Amino acid sequence: MVTTTPLEAELLEIAGAVPDPELPVLTLQELGVVRAVHAHGTDTVEVELTPTYTGCPAIEAMSLDIERALHAHGVRDVTVRTVLTPAWSTDDISAEGRRKLQEFGIAPPRVQRTTGPVPLTLGTTRTLTAPPVQCPHCGSADTELLSRFSSTACKALRRCLACREPFDHFKEL
Amino acid sequence: MTADMTLDATTRTAALALGDDALVLSHRLGEWAGHAPVLEEEVALANIALDLLGQARVLLSMVGDEDELAYLREERAFRNLQLVEQPNGDFAHTIARQLYFSTYQHLLYAELAAAEGPFAPLAAKAVKEVAYHRDHAEQWTLRLGDGTDESRERMRRACGALWRFTGEMFQPVAGLDVDGTALEAAWLASVTAVLDRATLPVPEGPRTGAWAAGAGRQGLHTESFGRMLAEMQHLHRSHPGASW
Ligand SMILES: [Zn+2]
Repeated sequence: MVTTTPLEAELLEIAGAVPDPELPVLTLQELGVVRAVHAHGTDTVEVELTPTYTGCPAIEAMSLDIERALHAHGVRDVTVRTVLTPAWSTDDISAEGRRKLQEFGIAPPRVQRTTGPVPLTLGTTRTLTAPPVQCPHCGSADTELLSRFSSTACKALRRCLACREPFDHFKEL
Repeated sequence: MTADMTLDATTRTAALALGDDALVLSHRLGEWAGHAPVLEEEVALANIALDLLGQARVLLSMVGDEDELAYLREERAFRNLQLVEQPNGDFAHTIARQLYFSTYQHLLYAELAAAEGPFAPLAAKAVKEVAYHRDHAEQWTLRLGDGTDESRERMRRACGALWRFTGEMFQPVAGLDVDGTALEAAWLASVTAVLDRATLPVPEGPRTGAWAAGAGRQGLHTESFGRMLAEMQHLHRSHPGASW
């Protein structure tokens, strides 16, 4: 068990308060991508950051923003390290993060909490067991998929059949 | 980034094979930019290409400098499957290539994720991304196969044309601790089920002919790969050190 010092907790909060470069309504803490902060003395800090998608281009912007925020707080030497394990999941988005997504017009990812290492819930030979995606505008569960990939890899484009509005859905990962 | 010397040589060889698969297919899919049949597909293929590029970067970083590996190697030093280097052809060809490869990659990564080996961290992450690639390919196969006469005929032709490149996926790769026979059986069952549902025939003919003399994993590539590589490496070789 690694203990977190009060300084580390404070710096973690600062790093976590950085807004996500692609979805600025969310902080990195709400997105669940800042894993840990390790302080060596008061001047040298290492931050563990995990990517949402392996190829997520935002990771470099996130790293720079974290470095900037910690420098502004007086930390001289900041290293942001990318960690893959455990793999990020949309289940890591906080309840507050989900609420903000919804408010922003993006249907939040459904909670999976699957047991077993690799959930196979997609595709023609597999069945989708998750509850329906609800329209973030009117709350209707009667929505259809328009495209599996929207403006970014993490979103799909759907349309509400009740209010007819198209909307983005943050896909489960 | 320099090679991860804590990894043994066979692990690095395997990382090169998997990394080259992802890199080369990513580049092929990128060639659709500006040419995809509809805007949604343009975005979808670009997103799949980006996922693959991310995987390639992680894998190639296990071997050495990712830029050097991508841009300064000769054709014979690439270890990717011949399947992924096949030209895009029409949209049906691209979808058939996606169906064959993403089904393989999804099954393979699921197995690597469940094992404790050096590929588990990446595989655990990538398997969830690849699940969407596989779903995308399966849905398009159904739509084109069970579509118009024209789309069905094109999809049938594409599945048939790429069939001979599918055997190579199940050849043993040193450093990859997977049961090739079981992987092949699972792949065949899945692809057969999708083709059945799409009212497409399972192609006949050998799945091995193309690589009888050794293939992509041994550095032997098909004709169009050289041209693809020239295009991919041209900028970097002309402007060494330029960043993007
Ligand atoms: Zn609605």
